[in-house]
Amino acid sequence: MDFKNKSIISIRDMKRDEIDFIIKSAEILQDNWKNYKDYLKDRILGTLFFEPSTRTRISFETAMKRLGGMVVGFSAPEGSSLAKGENLIDTVRVIENYCDAIVLRHPLEGAARLAANYVKIPVINAGTGAEEHPTQALLDLYTIFKEKGGIDGLNIALLGDLKYGRTVHSLTYALSNYKVKLTLVSPPLMKIREEIIEDLKNKRIKITETSSLDEVINEIDVLYVTRIQRERFADATEYERVKGSYRIELKTLKNAKKDLIIMHPLPRLEEISQEVDYTNHAVYFKQVKYGLIVRMAILLLIFGFELK
Amino acid sequence: MSEQELRIRKIRNGTVIDHITAGNALNVMKILGINGKEGLVVSVAINVPSSKYGRKDILKIEERELKQDEVNKIILIAPNATINIVKEYQVIDKKRLKLPAELKGFPRCVNPNCITNSGEPVETEFYVIQSEPLKLRCKYCQRITSQDDIFKQF
Repeated sequence: MDFKNKSIISIRDMKRDEIDFIIKSAEILQDNWKNYKDYLKDRILGTLFFEPSTRTRISFETAMKRLGGMVVGFSAPEGSSLAKGENLIDTVRVIENYCDAIVLRHPLEGAARLAANYVKIPVINAGTGAEEHPTQALLDLYTIFKEKGGIDGLNIALLGDLKYGRTVHSLTYALSNYKVKLTLVSPPLMKIREEIIEDLKNKRIKITETSSLDEVINEIDVLYVTRIQRERFADATEYERVKGSYRIELKTLKNAKKDLIIMHPLPRLEEISQEVDYTNHAVYFKQVKYGLIVRMAILLLIFGFELK
Repeated sequence: MSEQELRIRKIRNGTVIDHITAGNALNVMKILGINGKEGLVVSVAINVPSSKYGRKDILKIEERELKQDEVNKIILIAPNATINIVKEYQVIDKKRLKLPAELKGFPRCVNPNCITNSGEPVETEFYVIQSEPLKLRCKYCQRITSQDDIFKQF
């Protein structure tokens, strides 16, 4: 499979064999990444973060540097040409002359596709608006694959803000390529958009929706927790109530399967109690390491190196 | 003289838009910017019987031809419409509209957070995923723009 010079814009553009290929490549890299430490020598990655980001940006920059490459770019519009009113198309056309690939985060949906249409170098979407975060979805799948030994046949629950969370949207579309049971657990106000359920009705995935985690905790193999954002609520009391009912503590897990894994795209606030960190269920910090490996694999692939 | 002809008389010169999806003639007038103050003679028939579609609307506009961008917009709300150009009571050109698989430049994407609504020098682009009622998927942000969303743009 050839990823050379390919942009990674949307998980919806990717077929299952392409996703599996990236997972397989990451697995090859996992224990041997030091053998690849000079592969991207002399390559420059442009990281254009039009929206603040800590984890994703550092993950990409580390991935590039671990492979011997260099990084230029900016984070948040301050100090960038955007503050002077330059449009995105002109910005990427300029950056294209300096770099071999672009990693783009942008507050507007469709920004990565627009950028990719105007440059000849590959563009990797590092999060656009509320819609897409394809590399997060890929690292989430890789985490599930590594921790559970496969993806098909699992019951995977997504918990929290399913309406606005871009990681949830990308992961839902990614999982729809697999034969899994997807349990969506959210307050009624934050249910996943009907449009997404509609899109997936012809896929192999089986979806159920509920507002109660307690009802399903004993059935699930993977619990993917996301943050419930205060700004989505008009009423502060309602926020406190909802937040409390979706907080994962040791007592929440008393009926859980022994091998349940708990994931989180981070940053975690109060939705997972720190006492959970020390259980075998918690894989959210391992997920960060897996993310680095997946991003290293993606960079090697788009620069034309096949992992064998 | 047929029942239909009794309802609206033949026109001498102008455009007859036939087979408009029933109930949409007034929206087509909106697309054409016709509000009655232009002084054009316009006849409208709404919900008349149609052997093909059950019911349909007809719009006859005298002394006016349509521009291509107007035709492109009409397709979006009346995909089965036919446009007849009339000269001296004769139909000299008859066009059946056909909804393309992809659209460019119109309508606007319904998603305010779409990059195409941000002032970038780029036209909107859509995949037509359903014709009636119309559903378009934005090629950029992937959100669905529906027929109702399009009506609101006129």
